Amino acid sequence: MLTQPRPIRLKGRSYLALTLTPEQPFEDWLVRLDDLASRSAGFFLRRPVVLDVAGLDIDRAELRELVTKLTARQVRIMGIEGASSALLGSDLPPAMANGRTTADFEPPAAAEKTEDHSSVGAAPAVPDLPKAAPSLIVTQPVRSGQSVVFLEGDVTIVGSVASGAEVVAGGSIHIYGTLRGRAMAGTTGNAAARIFCRKLEAEMIAIDGFYKTADDMEPADRGKAVQAWLDGETFKVEALA
Amino acid sequence: MGKVIVVTSGKGGVGKTTSSAALGAALAQGGEKVVVVDFDVGLRNLDLVMGAERRVVYDLVNVIQGEAKLTQALIRDKRVETLYLLPASQTRDKDNLTEKGVEAVIGALKANFDWVICDSPAGIERGATLAMRHADIAVVVTNPEVSSVRDSDRIIGLLDSKTLKAETGERIEKHLLLTRYDPARALRGDMLKVDDVLEILSIPLLGIIPESMDVLRASNIGSPVTLADQTSAPAIAYFDAVRRLRGEQIPVTVPGEKRSFLGKFFGRKAA
Repeated sequence: MLTQPRPIRLKGRSYLALTLTPEQPFEDWLVRLDDLASRSAGFFLRRPVVLDVAGLDIDRAELRELVTKLTARQVRIMGIEGASSALLGSDLPPAMANGRTTADFEPPAAAEKTEDHSSVGAAPAVPDLPKAAPSLIVTQPVRSGQSVVFLEGDVTIVGSVASGAEVVAGGSIHIYGTLRGRAMAGTTGNAAARIFCRKLEAEMIAIDGFYKTADDMEPADRGKAVQAWLDGETFKVEALA
Repeated sequence: MGKVIVVTSGKGGVGKTTSSAALGAALAQGGEKVVVVDFDVGLRNLDLVMGAERRVVYDLVNVIQGEAKLTQALIRDKRVETLYLLPASQTRDKDNLTEKGVEAVIGALKANFDWVICDSPAGIERGATLAMRHADIAVVVTNPEVSSVRDSDRIIGLLDSKTLKAETGERIEKHLLLTRYDPARALRGDMLKVDDVLEILSIPLLGIIPESMDVLRASNIGSPVTLADQTSAPAIAYFDAVRRLRGEQIPVTVPGEKRSFLGKFFGRKAA
């Protein structure tokens, strides 16, 4: 993929979105929503909103009707969480999953959005995470020809990564051993991901699609314990103290 | 039940066949029943190295395809009576090896021999994966140079994933046999150091076989080096390797160096 001249870069990115959790009966809930909206005019306008229908006894027609009613109130639903795939058709917003809750929302202030929504496994700096970001720990050496792929989060290798082996992570990569093969961190669009290794002898390292081959690396960094990260579009490699 | 050893490397020309013959002959001289199986169908050499090329009638493929009985294909060594050879076919190709057939042959050999040594072909394809499939122990033959080390690393990965032991959740026992080690070139820094190879492959060291004319001479007269010249440096190294295979703890010496590497290498055995 990386050897092609102009690859299309697919990235995941997480955004904050407001989440609405409707309650049944919907008529009563909509009255309360109208009441809230009347107190802060234009509150939902242009705001991305996710509808959380988890736990609701609802069929497809009811869901479509609810979305229509919300649209009439200028609440634009960008995605639906907690619905079974059978419930969602092409005429409804796409399914969302793995959202993380942030601090509760204060309607009158109307300043910040409430809910963080990660579409593709990135790990934003949000306080009070209910769940730790997933990580993968490999306690054996990664042999030539083997490939460790973990797009959900960080990868930790307790051992070395051989020449001709590769580690691909959605998050950061930590190698407690020598990195002789390839390490690709932040492949799902996480530019904040880093690569750490005890000894750098890598064939290639990459973060979020930016890469450095062995030839591009500073000879002074080779054989050292280093970390690599992205500073804007610049690849930085620095020896660990 | 006997133990099945696969002698493998990934890369060609590193000394798999020489080592299979030498280890087999060394084990058999201890009185145990040993069979060395040539898996290199189409490019057989083990019969030459063991001096049995004139006595080959049936081979592994014949047995697998039911054209001959196992006892008809086995060739007993003329010098050591507990040493046997199961030759490969030179005229067929590796597609004639079936998984079921290999399983049946290895099973029958295990029941009748103390050690079954499978001489793997080079590469990582069918022949090599079938040779390692039923192994209990793998001897990874490596030369102290980068391409050989990388190929060995690849093979170790396959040993940990493609063998029956690996698939049933057990771990296959793996040993490194460093061959063609040249003390003069090591001194000049032309070869990878023993330490570096061990660090990269991180499996225990079974022995270091020095590069020697004795090995070539033994191969040419059709005799494993552990039979042809038992006092030569490579023969002694193979005999020591066999003692380690049997579980003895004896220090590994690096050819050309006086001091024992016991502490140094046995300290890393767990790696």
